[in-house]
Amino acid sequence: MSRRGARAVPPSRFHARDLGSEALAGLLQRPGRSALTLLGVVLGIGSFVAIVGIAQTASGQIGKQFNVLQATQAYVFDVGATQSSHPAVDFPPNADALAERIHGVVAAGFYWPVQFKQASVSGFANGFLASQRPMPVTAASPGLLAAAGVKLATGTLYNQFHEANAQNVAVIGSSAAASLGITNLDGQPAIFIDGQPFTVIGIIASSQRLPQLDVGVTVPASTALRLWSAPTQERAQMLIHTRLGAAKVVSEQAPVALRPDNPTLLKSAAAPSVANLQHNVSTSLNSLFLTLAGIALIVGAIGIANTTLVAVLERAGEIGLRRALGARPRHIGIQFLTESTALGLFGGLIGASLGVLTILAVTIYRHWTALLDPRIVVAAPVAGAAVGLLAGLYPALRASLLEPADALRR
Amino acid sequence: MTSGPASAAAPSPGSASAPGPGGGRAGEPVIRLSSVSYTYRGPPPVAALKPTNLVIHRNEHVAITGPSGSGKSTLLNLLGLLDKPTKGTIEIDGIDVGAAPERERAAVRAHRIGFVFQSFHLLPYRTSIENVMLAQVYADEPRRHRHAAAMAALAQVGLEHRAHALPTALSGGERQRVAIARALVNRPSLLMCDEPTGNLDTATTVELSDLLESLHQAGATLVVITHNPMVAGRAQRQIAIRDGELTEISSITTAPQTKPPDPQPGPGAPEQPTAPQTKAPDPQPGSGAPEPPPAPEAPGPPPTLPDRLPPADHAPGGLDALGFPDE
Repeated sequence: MSRRGARAVPPSRFHARDLGSEALAGLLQRPGRSALTLLGVVLGIGSFVAIVGIAQTASGQIGKQFNVLQATQAYVFDVGATQSSHPAVDFPPNADALAERIHGVVAAGFYWPVQFKQASVSGFANGFLASQRPMPVTAASPGLLAAAGVKLATGTLYNQFHEANAQNVAVIGSSAAASLGITNLDGQPAIFIDGQPFTVIGIIASSQRLPQLDVGVTVPASTALRLWSAPTQERAQMLIHTRLGAAKVVSEQAPVALRPDNPTLLKSAAAPSVANLQHNVSTSLNSLFLTLAGIALIVGAIGIANTTLVAVLERAGEIGLRRALGARPRHIGIQFLTESTALGLFGGLIGASLGVLTILAVTIYRHWTALLDPRIVVAAPVAGAAVGLLAGLYPALRASLLEPADALRR
Repeated sequence: MTSGPASAAAPSPGSASAPGPGGGRAGEPVIRLSSVSYTYRGPPPVAALKPTNLVIHRNEHVAITGPSGSGKSTLLNLLGLLDKPTKGTIEIDGIDVGAAPERERAAVRAHRIGFVFQSFHLLPYRTSIENVMLAQVYADEPRRHRHAAAMAALAQVGLEHRAHALPTALSGGERQRVAIARALVNRPSLLMCDEPTGNLDTATTVELSDLLESLHQAGATLVVITHNPMVAGRAQRQIAIRDGELTEISSITTAPQTKPPDPQPGPGAPEQPTAPQTKAPDPQPGSGAPEPPPAPEAPGPPPTLPDRLPPADHAPGGLDALGFPDE
């Protein structure tokens, strides 16, 4: 009798549309409190969007300045394949010419730092020993000087003739020249490197891509190989100056072009990623601000949880009434859950909007190009809603567990 | 709707556009308590309601009186399915709801029981009609029907002109009328009134008890819990509760209401005498409404508390016969 009879009454319902309007009405009946509760989520989401956007915009600016260099250089490393401990230079003697045949290459040359037991360089000017200094010595093919964008203060660079004949000539950096007491090339100044005499034929004013050339001595690669052993630990590498945008393609082709017999001896890389550089610059700052944004978001979640819990206690009579009108516990719970989720969603929407406005304000002020991943703008309100949902779980549970008879007495 | 005796008493969903008490014929038991007791778990356990049998028939007007702490509220919570009995069974319209899962109890509350509270329990930020429509949300009333049905319920209590007023702009009596309209809008089998005049002054109390009596005249089944002897005096049946035990004080009605309802229950029912009375007023005979079939088994409520009755197997039919006329 009982089961048969029970089917006669259709179950009480709470349709989605009713749920939406009831939850909205619940929020709007105390608009001031709802607005204040939103604030935490607005701050958290807004600062998150602003930080991410400003970081992306700033990275874009760094990228703009560095991209020209990045897009015009490539590296090929001598990895020596399996016999990595065997001293050798795996670039062929005519590597410069081979590399320059690759379409898009402006200049190319290889180099390695020469290792001495005790590196010392003595400078002779006008027949007198001027000074003796330890300083780095770089062995480089003539093409490297062109690829590195070397500008001369005085004299000349060594060329394929010096390289082919393994001449004892050197170019020195301007700061190295100063420390060696060599101010001009008028007296045919000479230097001794590890006891070997070299004629200084040029002084470098600046080197665009290899600043270390400025503080040391550079000698032809063939001369270094003749006088000293090939490099073992720090092996040779090739610097390629390419036309704009060709760096990636050139770096892919270079190993085969240079060593068609055994390309695996060489390993190419596009220029050390500027993106990494930007990343390193911005990460430390970002993580600090993102932590602050996360804290704001947590405070916002606690605010929502607190407000919803207070609302549950305050609206006990309403809960009792709804139960008396046929609401089931889950209907009560989902209503409060919807209210807190809606609070989080609105907070996320407002926060995302304010964050975007902040980015715009900063970029307009700095004359930057605003950059923001559109996924962030979509994800921000979703994150706000998720925060609201989580914050509402406990209050909603409390509300649904309230006994109607108790609730009506309050 | 399934077949079976119980389905006969279910309100017809198609006719739900006009509010009013649910169908079923007079004299059928609407609510039946069998050996129901309630004990508050301790410590120490308090027997708030001793084992009780009680049958309330359709179109009865029952007053339950008693001092504070006598178990009135406990009885109301049990009758209104807001609480479960410790022992015993409760049937509403033949449905055993005492031990039913909350899902079924909520469904019965939504469709079969209308509540009127002492403190009105109107939502303060909603207009009268919005408060009435809240009851239709859980009863699964289609949205497009709600406004008309709520307006009709407000008309029944004489408040259609205040449909868009906020409760704060209403007098106490008007607020309670809105609450009564909310209780009526789903055409329940039973109107459960908990101290309906407890927060009202004397003149308003008289008006409100007139309204309740007019609803009774129109076919409603009323259970009124009250302190007020005047309000209690308007009922056909008075039951006193003291220390968790029920005593039938007076039972005037000897036959269930078989006369047709007043087709236009005027707001406030001004014709009703205002003095406390112990006798149910005679309903006006035939006024054009269709004559419902006479009750087949006219068991007048026994002078003392009825013992457990045989299982209800009343015949189907008479749907909405005693409800308010559709507009």
